[in-house]
Amino acid sequence: MLLNQFLLLAAVLFCIGVYGVLTRRNGVMVLMSIELILNAVNINLIAFGTYLSDATGQAFALFIIAVAAAEVGVGLAIVLMLFRNRRSIDIDAVDQLKG
Amino acid sequence: MNILAAVGVDNPPLDWHALAPELVLVGLLAVLLLVDAFGGERSRWAMPSLTGIGLLAALIPVATLAYDGVVRSMFDGAYVVDNYALLFKALFLIAGYVVVLLSTNYIAEGDYWEGEYYQLLVASLLGMTVMASARDLISVFLALELLSIPAYMLAAWRKRDLGSEEAGMKYYLMGVFASAILLYGMSLLYGMTGSTLLVDIAGAIEGTEVPALVALAVVLVVVGFAFKVSAVPFHTWAPDTYQGAPTPVTAFLAVGSKAAGFVALMTVVLIAFPTQPRIFEPLIWALAAVTMIVGNLIALRQTNLVRMLAYSGVAQAGYILAPLAVAGVSGASAAMAVEAVSTYLVIYAAMNLGAFAVVIAVARKTGSAEIDSYGGLFSYSPVLAVCMSVFLFSLAGIPPLAGWYGKLTIFLALIEPGTLAGYILAVIVGLASVIALFYYARVAKVMFVDPAPDGDTTPIRVPMSLAAALTITVAVTLVVGVLPQVLARVTGAETFLSIGG
Repeated sequence: MLLNQFLLLAAVLFCIGVYGVLTRRNGVMVLMSIELILNAVNINLIAFGTYLSDATGQAFALFIIAVAAAEVGVGLAIVLMLFRNRRSIDIDAVDQLKG
Repeated sequence: MNILAAVGVDNPPLDWHALAPELVLVGLLAVLLLVDAFGGERSRWAMPSLTGIGLLAALIPVATLAYDGVVRSMFDGAYVVDNYALLFKALFLIAGYVVVLLSTNYIAEGDYWEGEYYQLLVASLLGMTVMASARDLISVFLALELLSIPAYMLAAWRKRDLGSEEAGMKYYLMGVFASAILLYGMSLLYGMTGSTLLVDIAGAIEGTEVPALVALAVVLVVVGFAFKVSAVPFHTWAPDTYQGAPTPVTAFLAVGSKAAGFVALMTVVLIAFPTQPRIFEPLIWALAAVTMIVGNLIALRQTNLVRMLAYSGVAQAGYILAPLAVAGVSGASAAMAVEAVSTYLVIYAAMNLGAFAVVIAVARKTGSAEIDSYGGLFSYSPVLAVCMSVFLFSLAGIPPLAGWYGKLTIFLALIEPGTLAGYILAVIVGLASVIALFYYARVAKVMFVDPAPDGDTTPIRVPMSLAAALTITVAVTLVVGVLPQVLARVTGAETFLSIGG
């Protein structure tokens, strides 16, 4: 099996995700970037699981998919709250606590 | 016929006694949900009492398991109940109970949802108790998410308040980003070793020649946990989240969430990576040193007490990290590190929860957490001022309060291996403690010497639940300080955590 291609794809997705989290100001885009990282992890796990003929990797990926759904659910609720309070989802504008 | 048996899958044997503390918490969660859904407005007052009773009930199986003394291992060793797990389960449950005491009046007097608050608190505590037993990457990850996701919602509890909203958002983004990085490291670790069991991972990465990917995985995992325990440079969320979140939630995050992060870090590093000290030791060493210095220096110039406690918490995270930086030298140094970290976490929980209890009590009168607003506290509420001084001087490490014993175990663990790295770190711990004394003493000076800022010297009425929380935390801080052997008997035992596998 061509393991390297999958790992490279995952590494590229991971880097795009990290770049997105660090540079995007739109709350929803940051959530999407985090999803990209989590999916990079899933690709890694499933590729390794298939390569090693071991079901653990796939089980792990299933757990991550379920947990990621819960996480993004909470994340979207927080972004919604942001929008209701400020009419904007620019996360850089949320900066009144300092010191 | 059982359908699983038909396809050749056996149900794993379950040890119900070992799972009892978690099952009690799940039952409590269900009861709270039902009471909230069908009890109507009148049942609201019962929520904190129910939660408190449920948490104490969960302590009963912890006590029977400890009395039993057998190491119970389930799911091929992915879930282990030993003394190490039991100590932390007890710590999380008692800390949770104290947080319920802190929350009772605070939450009832705000106009936000009470039922959901306690449900989320119990859910998060459930994640922490699972974390204490997790010995597998998957269970560590699940426990971490189970304790974190409710905590994000708790931080944003006052959802129409801009500070609380900011606290929740920053905590959420940093937390989720950290767990994503942690997971990427875990996926590489699984791929390079073919197992998610920590013990098997340790066996697979033995030897001096390890692939670079393993090193990368170890670094990513440690960095992921560094976010959770708010180690510098991954601490930026902590002060904002602590200041903006409701104060009982801040106490919960500062104690429960941070302790759970350390438990996870300690379990993973000492069980999965003990054969690779060359990779994790320098990393944790640098994190610990920078965290202690930066945390204490920034705490010096804070004017808000909660924010000061947040930076002091960052600095304390540095002290707790320090023994792990020398844990890989030998088996003895690893055991000493486990003892030091466990001891310090217990003591840290008591003194920090106590400090936040005083903050909540004072804010009931002044409505502020600015250090200036504590002026004259001793003249109108001497008990609160004395309690606060006990906690602050314990945090600073002054004998005979518990903090000094925590610092002592850390010093001993740092000196034990006899390496230069350990000695340097011990010196940094000492210097950082001296800096820390300044800002803790400044608060004490304001309380005892300065006049009340607005001349209002009516005494603070402390509600029963807050008084109970203060009594528990002061008692622990004093007893462990005077009789440290009580705690050392548990954490110092050789069978405490079996390392190396």
